[in-house]
Amino acid sequence: MSGLLAIRGAEVRFGAVAALRGLDLEVRAGEVVGLLGHNGAGKTTTMKLALGLLRPQAGSVRLLGVDPAGPEGRRARARVGFLPENVSFYDSLSGREVLRYLARLKGRPPAEADRLLEQVGLAHAADRRVRTWSKGMRQRLGLAQALLGRPALLLLDEPTVGLDPMATAELYATIGRLRSEGVGVVLCSHVLAGIERHIDRCVIVGHGRVLAAGTLEELRARARLPVRIRARGRWREPPAAALGEGEGVVARRLNGHQIELEVAPERKLAVLRALAAEPGVEDLDVRPPGLETLYAHFDAMLHRGPQDGRGEAP
Amino acid sequence: MRGALAAIAVKELRDGLRNRWALSIALGLAVLALVIAWFGPAASGKVGFASLGATVVSLASLAVFLVPLVALLLGYEAVVGEAERGTLLLLLAYPISRGLLLAGKFAGHALLLAAAITVGLGGAALVLAATGAAAAEGFWPAFARLVTSTVLLGWAFLALAYAISAGAREKGRAAALALVSWLGLVLVYDLVLLGALVAAAGRLPAWLFATLLVANPADAFRVLNLTGEAAAEALGGLGGVAREAALAPPLLVAVLLAWTAALLGLAFRRFARRPV
Repeated sequence: MSGLLAIRGAEVRFGAVAALRGLDLEVRAGEVVGLLGHNGAGKTTTMKLALGLLRPQAGSVRLLGVDPAGPEGRRARARVGFLPENVSFYDSLSGREVLRYLARLKGRPPAEADRLLEQVGLAHAADRRVRTWSKGMRQRLGLAQALLGRPALLLLDEPTVGLDPMATAELYATIGRLRSEGVGVVLCSHVLAGIERHIDRCVIVGHGRVLAAGTLEELRARARLPVRIRARGRWREPPAAALGEGEGVVARRLNGHQIELEVAPERKLAVLRALAAEPGVEDLDVRPPGLETLYAHFDAMLHRGPQDGRGEAP
Repeated sequence: MRGALAAIAVKELRDGLRNRWALSIALGLAVLALVIAWFGPAASGKVGFASLGATVVSLASLAVFLVPLVALLLGYEAVVGEAERGTLLLLLAYPISRGLLLAGKFAGHALLLAAAITVGLGGAALVLAATGAAAAEGFWPAFARLVTSTVLLGWAFLALAYAISAGAREKGRAAALALVSWLGLVLVYDLVLLGALVAAAGRLPAWLFATLLVANPADAFRVLNLTGEAAAEALGGLGGVAREAALAPPLLVAVLLAWTAALLGLAFRRFARRPV
């Protein structure tokens, strides 16, 4: 099965508040999709929609080929793992008891719970009460329960919140391994920094709709945001003049031996060649627009309205 | 499917045993029961086990105050507590239905409550028996009836707590509503009913009075225990009225069970409509 999750034109209203206004999301086997946006952008609502906990007022949702809110939804949910945001589990039970309980609810043997505790590195603390656990350990328990029953699709809502850098790296390693096994993953996050390398495709949501979707390269191409180039070296006159400033290049002097150039993507190579040819230039640093810059760009475009949306065309 | 139901029930049971909830309720109930059985007759100038009838009436009066409160406290968090902890969203994402989740939790809590009541009142009965009270004719059957009816009373209020919890937005509001229901059903209702009876000076038709009595599970429990053979000797008034109103014990047991079923039905309905 390739289409694990397909949400088309979903609209969800809570009374007068529109949570989703025509949202589209597609997840295929073996890909990691980042569902990115501010708090309140509609990420959690999208998860609930995918799990059949909400029905859209308009549009359609298919989870593993069936309607998750319909009679077959339960069987589909058995093959989905979900890590909610801010889950605190049961303080008075031990980690092993919590996971064995959840395993039974998913129709899995207790041995699988024990194996998963081992896999997420919680075996040493498994018999202590969850009350005594750190936030990071609870989050790993959350991941372990999402992996019960070898899911075909994983929905992770803010999985890195509260994790230290080591644990975050481990989480991404686990996600990478699952992807290579053909698992589809939806990674919800409002933290954009550092997520780029771990996702195949991103869907940027804001105000209940998709602001932009595609691979990072596609988004960059569409946004046409300038590339930042920093040049360091020894010069009397900054080399900017030689670079055809004004034609897609904006230069800024940082200090006596550093300049920063904002260069239109199509001028990037020409500018780099010119800089490399300058005798005073000692080092170059090229930074394409990151996810945060792209997000800000597409979010701002929504507020400006689509009429002057450069890059809004497909 | 059935495995999941049992798993949920066992988890609730284990929670209640783990945090010593069941133990403290059973102990509290036993101690209070003994104090009341022992010092209850003090008003008549002596201390110790007086008569079986008087003891059953005293213990029923204790139970009708305490057990509804205990049941409401046990159940008011059932749904709204999981919702606030975030586990409700998690559990509903599992391949189980809402009905199964609620049924499993109720089964676990109902067993826990029944165990606490049986151990508490049963423990008191054993202590009384050790002091020779068991010699009274009908001692064990009377206690068995008391324990059974108290468990049914507890279940009715547990179901009420579930109905409150399933519809509540916040834990605090569920707690407040549970407390108000307790005050209303256990204290105020009876007072108003007796007041009406006195004010009407006997002109209140028996059928209407009987209906009002069974319209509240706490009163159905009272009548059930005050009209028992052993209790009749100790208490004329209400028991007499109830007997006149043809409220036979099997009918009252059915009324308590019907209350449990109806309130649990309400809980299921509210839970099915609850947004997550």
